[in-house]
Amino acid sequence: MKGMGKIKALFLLSFLAIVLAGCGKENLTALVPKGTGAETSMNLILLSTLVMVFVFAVVIVVYVIALVRFRKKKGQENYIPKQVEGNKTLETVWTVIPIILVLILAVPTVAATFELADMSKSGDGVNIEVTGNQYWWHFNYKGEEIQTSQDLYIPTGEKVYLNMISSDVIHSLWIPSISGKMDVNPENVNKMYIEAKEEGVYWGKCAELCGPSHSLMDFKVVAVSPEEFDQWVSDMQNVDPKAQPQDAVAQEGKDLFEEKSCMGCHAIGSSPAAVGPNLTDFGNRSKIAGFLEPNEENLVKWIMDPESIKPGNKMTGNYPAVSEEEAKKISAYLMQLKPSDITPESAGK
Amino acid sequence: MSIAATQKRGFGAFLWDYLTTVDHKKIAHLYLVGGGFFFLLGGIEALFIRIQLIKPENDFISAGLYNEMITMHGTTMIFLAAMPLFLGLMNAIMPLQIGARDVAFPFLNSLGFWLFMFGGILLNCSWFLGGAPDAGWTSYAPLSIQSPGHGVDFYTIGLQIAGAGTLIGGINFLVTIVTMRAPGMTYMRMPLFTWTTFVTSVLILFAFPALTVGLFLLMFDRMFDSAFFDVALGGNTVIWQHLFWIFGHPEVYILILPAFGLFSDIFSTFSKKRLFGYTAMVFATILIAFLGFMVWAHHMFTVGLGPVANSIFAIATMAIAVPTGIKIFNWLATMWGGSISINSAMLWALGFIPSFTIGGMTGVMLASAVADYQYHDTYFVVAHFHYVIVGGSVFGILAGIHYWYPKMFGRILHEGMGKAAFWIFLIGFNLTFFIQHFLGLMGMPRRYWVFLEDQGLDTGNFISTIGAFLMGVAVIILLINIIYTAVKGEKAPADPWDGRTLEWAIPSPPPFYNFKQTPLTRGLDPLWIEKTEGKGKMTPAEPLGDIHMPDGSILPFIMSLGFFVAGFGFIYQVDHNAWLLAVFAGIGTALICMLIRSLKDYHGYHIKKEDLEREAD
Ligand code: HEM
Ligand SMILES: [Cu+2]
Repeated sequence: MKGMGKIKALFLLSFLAIVLAGCGKENLTALVPKGTGAETSMNLILLSTLVMVFVFAVVIVVYVIALVRFRKKKGQENYIPKQVEGNKTLETVWTVIPIILVLILAVPTVAATFELADMSKSGDGVNIEVTGNQYWWHFNYKGEEIQTSQDLYIPTGEKVYLNMISSDVIHSLWIPSISGKMDVNPENVNKMYIEAKEEGVYWGKCAELCGPSHSLMDFKVVAVSPEEFDQWVSDMQNVDPKAQPQDAVAQEGKDLFEEKSCMGCHAIGSSPAAVGPNLTDFGNRSKIAGFLEPNEENLVKWIMDPESIKPGNKMTGNYPAVSEEEAKKISAYLMQLKPSDITPESAGK
Repeated sequence: MSIAATQKRGFGAFLWDYLTTVDHKKIAHLYLVGGGFFFLLGGIEALFIRIQLIKPENDFISAGLYNEMITMHGTTMIFLAAMPLFLGLMNAIMPLQIGARDVAFPFLNSLGFWLFMFGGILLNCSWFLGGAPDAGWTSYAPLSIQSPGHGVDFYTIGLQIAGAGTLIGGINFLVTIVTMRAPGMTYMRMPLFTWTTFVTSVLILFAFPALTVGLFLLMFDRMFDSAFFDVALGGNTVIWQHLFWIFGHPEVYILILPAFGLFSDIFSTFSKKRLFGYTAMVFATILIAFLGFMVWAHHMFTVGLGPVANSIFAIATMAIAVPTGIKIFNWLATMWGGSISINSAMLWALGFIPSFTIGGMTGVMLASAVADYQYHDTYFVVAHFHYVIVGGSVFGILAGIHYWYPKMFGRILHEGMGKAAFWIFLIGFNLTFFIQHFLGLMGMPRRYWVFLEDQGLDTGNFISTIGAFLMGVAVIILLINIIYTAVKGEKAPADPWDGRTLEWAIPSPPPFYNFKQTPLTRGLDPLWIEKTEGKGKMTPAEPLGDIHMPDGSILPFIMSLGFFVAGFGFIYQVDHNAWLLAVFAGIGTALICMLIRSLKDYHGYHIKKEDLEREAD
C-alpha cells in the first residue's frame, strides 16, 4: 500500500498548513463570527460540514476496505468474480439515507434564509443607503444628513439596515466576520441587515469582479457602543465644511483643494458626494483609499498618482497635475479633518 | 479508393487527410490535439495566476493583465479544453461501443470540430490584438459591456462560433445513438459511457441555445448600441446572469456526466465485474441531468432574488446529492467482491472517488443558501469547483486517455510514467485546492489580483502555488509519456484490458470502417458474454457485404474559416466600415460552401466485399 502512505502524508501536510494559518485574521475571517449574519451562516457551515464529514468517512471506509480486500492477488489471474446485477435493499438504503441527510440540512437552511431576509423592523433601526462605486463605497445615513465613505460606523447590538445600489457595475458587499455578502446591482435596491456583537473594526470586501482594482475595494466597519455612535452622529452633523484650518500649511492645502478642482468630485460636509468619496472625516479614516496605511507619504503618493495605487480608478486624469509640494499641503489639510473623537482607535483598533 | 488508400504518403498528404477527414476516429484525434493544446494554454494561464498570488501584494503581473488571465483561464478550460477533450473521447469510442460503422452525420461532425477550433483560435487572437477579455468567464453585465477595447467582443464571437460547433457535435451524437445501434443493442444494454454521451448531448441541445441568445444580446449591446443590459436605458443586468447560468449550470454537468460514464466502464472492467446497479446508474444520470436544469439560480443566491427563490433553489440543489450519492455507492459496490487490478487508467478512476466526493460534498454545503452568503465568490467556491472539474472531469479525461489510448492509437502508454504522473498530480491537486476552502472562509474573495499583507492569507496561498507547479510537472511527464509511446511504445492487442464492451472486439487501432460485420448484441457487456460463453468474439449480425463510406470533404474547414474571417469583420466594423468587407467575404464563403454541399451529390464510395475478405481479422 505505497499509495496510502502518500495520501496520509498529504493529509498531514494540509492539516499542518491549516494549523499554521490558524483561522485567519480575527476581524476578517468568517470562521470567528462577530455578528448575527455571520453566526447564522457559521451554524449552517458547521452543520453541513458535520454531515459531510460523516458521508466522506463512510465512503472512504468502504473504499479502502474494497481496495484492500478485493485487490487481485497472485495466483488469481484467472479468477472470475460473481457478476452481481445489483441489490434492491442496499440501493434503497443509499437512496434513503442521503434524502434524510439532505432534509436535516434543508430545514434549517430555509428557516435561516427567511430570518436573514426579514426587513420588517427596518423602520426602527438605523438605515443606511450604500452605493458601490468603482472602487470605493459610499454611505448615506438616512435622516441624519451624514455622508461617509470607506468607513461605516455602526452601533453594536442593533440591526443596521443597508439599502444598497451600485452606480456603475455590480459589486458585492461582504464583511466576513459580521455578515455574509449581498450583491450591489445597478438596477435595484438590495436590502440586508448587519449586526455587530462586539466593538471593533471589521474589514469589508468587494466580492464581485468589478474591474482592475476589484481586489482593492476594501472598506471598514467601525462598530462602536450605541452611546458612542450617538456621539459620533452629532459630531458629524456639526461639521462646518467652510471652517478654516488652524495652521497655515493646511490653509494653503485647502485653497489648493479647490484650485485643483478636487471639489468637483469630493465633498466635505453632508452634501452628497457624486464621483469621489466624501472626505468629511478623512483625518479619522483607518485607511487611505480603503487599504493603505493612513500616513502622509501614502496620501501624497495617492494624490500625485492614484493610478499606481488603484489601477483603473476614476480619479486618474480628472484633475490638473499636482506637484509633490502641493500634494503635501493638500494632505496636511485633509489629515486634519477630524470632526469626532469617536474613531476607529476608540472602537478598539 | 481502396483500403490501402489511407496509407501515409508524406506530410502534405497527412495534413490534407486530417483537414478533409470525416472519419469519427480521426476527428477524435483532432479534438484531442486541439483540446490538449488549449488545455496546456489554460494551464500556463493558471500558473501565471498562481505566481501572482504566491505572496501578498505581488506585482508579477498588472491588474488588467491579471483579469485577462482569469477570464481566459476559465473560458479556455471550460469551452476549449475539458469539453472538446470529452468530445474527442466520445467520437473515438461511442460509435464503437454501439457497434456502429460510423456516426450519423460525418460531414457535420467535421464541421463541428472546425467551428470549435476556429472559434478557439479567434478567442485567443485577442491576446495579440490589444487585449483579451477581462470580465471573467461569466462576463457579467454591465462590466462586460463597459470593458474597453475588443477583448469581450472576441469572447462573444469566439464562443458563438465554438458553441455552434459543440451544438452540432451534440446533435450528431444524439442521432447516432438513436439510429445507429447494432442489432440487439437496446437502450438498456448500452455501456454507461454511451449513455452519458447520450444524456450529455441532450444537455448540449437544450443548454447551448441559452448561451447563444445571451451572447447575441451581449454582442448587440457592445457592437450595435442595443440596450438589453444598459440600466440607464431600461435594460436589466440580472437577465444576463439568468441566461448565463441557465446555460452555465447544465454546462457543469456536460463536463461531469461523460466522466461518470467512463468511470463506470473503467470500474467494471478493472474489477472484472458487471456494473453494480446498472439500471439505477442510468436513471441517476437522467435525473442528474434533469435537476441540472432546475438549479441555475444557486449561482445567484446573493443577487437579491429574495428568500422564496433562494429556498427553492437551495432545496433543488441539495436534491442532486441523492442521485450522485447513488452513483458513488454503486461504483464502490462494483469494486466490492471484484478482482481489482490497478494500472494508470484505474488509478485515475480511484483517485476520482475521494476527490469528487469532496467536490460534491462542498457542493451541498454551497447549496445551503445562507452558508453560501459566506462562500459565494470566494476561494471556497474556487476550491469546490476545482474539486469537481479537476477531480471529476480532468481525472476522467486522463483516465479515459489511458484506458482507450491503445484502442485509439494501437499502443499502450508507459505504465511507470503513467503512475508517476498520477501521484504527482494528485498531491499537487490537493495541495493547491484543499487549502483554498479555508482561504475563502478566512476572507479571500475570488478574482483578487492581490491579497494584502498581514491578513493571515500568506501561508495558504504559498502552499497553493507550490501545488499548482506540481500539477504542471505531472502534465509534463504525461506529455513525455505520449511522445515516448509514439516512438517506442508497446504495441497493443485488440483487447488489452480483458474488456467487456464492443470497442474491444475489433483491432487496435480499428480499421476505418470499424466493424467488418455489424456485431450481434446479446446483452449488457456483449463482448464479456461471448468471452465467458467460450466464443471469445462477436457473432456477426449480417453476412459480409460491401460497406458504404462517406467522402472526405474540405468544405467544413473552409466554411469554418469563413466564419472566422467574418468574426474579425464583426469585431472591427465598429472601428472602420471597411471591415464589413470581411463580414461579407467570410459569410459569403460559408454560404457558397453550403450551396456546394447542397447542390452537389456526394455519393461516397464502397469498400468491396472482396477487399474486406482479403483483410485479416
Ligand atoms: C487633487 C485633487 C484630488 C484629491 C486631493 C483627491 C483625494 C482623494 C483621496 C484622498 C482619495 C482616497 C479617499 C478614500 O480613502 O476614500 C481619493 C479617492 C478617489 N477620488 Fe480623489 N482626489 C482628487 C481629485 C479627484 C477627482 C477630480 C476625481 C473625479 C474625477 C476623484 C475621484 C476619486 C475617486 C473615484 C476615488 C476612489 C478611488 C478608489 O478608492 O477606488 N478625485 N481621492
Ligand atoms: Cu467592486
